Amino acid sequence: MLKIENLHVSYGGIQALRGISLEVPDGKIVTLIGANGAGKSTTLRTITGLVKASSGSIQWNGEELLGKSIDKIVGSGIAMSPEGRRVFADMSVVENLRIGAYLRTDKAEIEKDVQWVYSLFPRLEERSWQLAGTLSGGEQQMLAVGRALMSRPKLMMLDEPSLGLAPLVVQDIFSIIREINKQGVTVLLIEQNANMALKIADLAYVLETGNITMSGTGAELLADEKVREAYLGKNG
Amino acid sequence: MQYAISILLSGVSLGGQYALIAIGYTMVYGILRLINFAHGDVFMVAGLMMVYLTASLPLAASIPLVLVLTVLLGFIIERAAYKPLREAPRMSVMISAIGVSYLLQNLATYVTGGLPKMYPEIPGISNTITIAGVPTKVVTVVTPVLVLVLVLALTQLIHHTKVGMAMRAVAKDFETAQLMGIKINAVISVTFIIGSFLAAVGSVLYFTNYQSIVPLSGALPGLRAFVAAVFGGIGSIPGAVVGAFIIGISESVIKGSSWSIFSDAFTFALLIIILVVKPTGLFGEKVTDKV
Repeated sequence: MLKIENLHVSYGGIQALRGISLEVPDGKIVTLIGANGAGKSTTLRTITGLVKASSGSIQWNGEELLGKSIDKIVGSGIAMSPEGRRVFADMSVVENLRIGAYLRTDKAEIEKDVQWVYSLFPRLEERSWQLAGTLSGGEQQMLAVGRALMSRPKLMMLDEPSLGLAPLVVQDIFSIIREINKQGVTVLLIEQNANMALKIADLAYVLETGNITMSGTGAELLADEKVREAYLGKNG
Repeated sequence: MQYAISILLSGVSLGGQYALIAIGYTMVYGILRLINFAHGDVFMVAGLMMVYLTASLPLAASIPLVLVLTVLLGFIIERAAYKPLREAPRMSVMISAIGVSYLLQNLATYVTGGLPKMYPEIPGISNTITIAGVPTKVVTVVTPVLVLVLVLALTQLIHHTKVGMAMRAVAKDFETAQLMGIKINAVISVTFIIGSFLAAVGSVLYFTNYQSIVPLSGALPGLRAFVAAVFGGIGSIPGAVVGAFIIGISESVIKGSSWSIFSDAFTFALLIIILVVKPTGLFGEKVTDKV
């Protein structure tokens, strides 16, 4: 379980997070929704160690993550599919997957997991030797998710996986997220597409200018008047 | 005809020596986007180490020791002068590199008293042989072969090993590489270690052709190798090697003609032309990334 308490983060003179607390229980899908600049990405980046917190704590299965190096955090079972996919454009698809398993040494198991990712995303198998930069946006997103899975994470964080994708592709991605969760991976998802995110979330938090203003089950927030007005459009 | 062969032989050999330096420039640029101005001086220091070590040790011990010490020097320079500036603007790192360059030159002046030091004869590669009727030093033949072997080994390392994969990832995207669990500082150190090692090998091959070495001996070969790296497309290893051979052969041809005084002018004119006409060089990165 991931437990964030009173987390403050500021950079460039701006307070990006003003003391947020949240929990990501094992085996669940948790989503953070909120507008641009609310601090969603900052939250994920602080968990991975890319951004330093000024105070607070992030407990991962009882262990404090703040102050740990990124490779230690990744090694402890947390993976992230970053915003904008960030696949390695001049590496092949299969190389991108292998680099996701960088910290692992069990070669045979890594190859098995490549096959497992291919079974989740058959499109990637067809394009195995193609350079990642030549894939379509949706395929790159699948690759970014697959790459993150290759570290065999216990917690998978996804930063805006639906950004810029066609609605059909978004549905594909979300059904895969569900599938990954069913296979035992905890998911922390941040999305601007609040409607989709809340539908698959067990637990959801609303983030506004660095504060958590609301939380509940996905269904609760989906039914909430204020959420509907602010994030789903009045008739959403 | 014999004259042409001898010009070509020395050009290829010189090109190979520049290639070994140019790879260091291009790899460091590829990963840090830094032009490591101190690289030519590391090359010079490797030469001086050879002078001082052979004074008290046999060659068989000196050469490996020079390689090891140069690698250590490259590693220390990166940790002391570049790593603390990782988050700083790129310009600061570049200025730091210029500082290291002057520091090494002045340390060398202090140690040598500014006097030229006799470079030791290396039996085996300093000997003369005859190729197609042209007498030449063994090093002329050894250099291109050794360069070829080293470049092939380096290409294997970069494309078929885990550390090579990490280097390519770090070169493209620091943050995402970190998310894979790659320690970027370790990868950057490896880059400097490889670059310094190749410069040390280049130094042994290069200075064998000269009587003596002074604290500024690294400056011009370093600059020419840098031009070679830009010419080939900075960041690209095959580019640096091809560029270095072109620069080496051109230099040798011009030095063998009545225009010999213009050989450096030609090299740097080439730099200007390439920057104006094709700034990415022969094999420079094409930007194909999708957002």
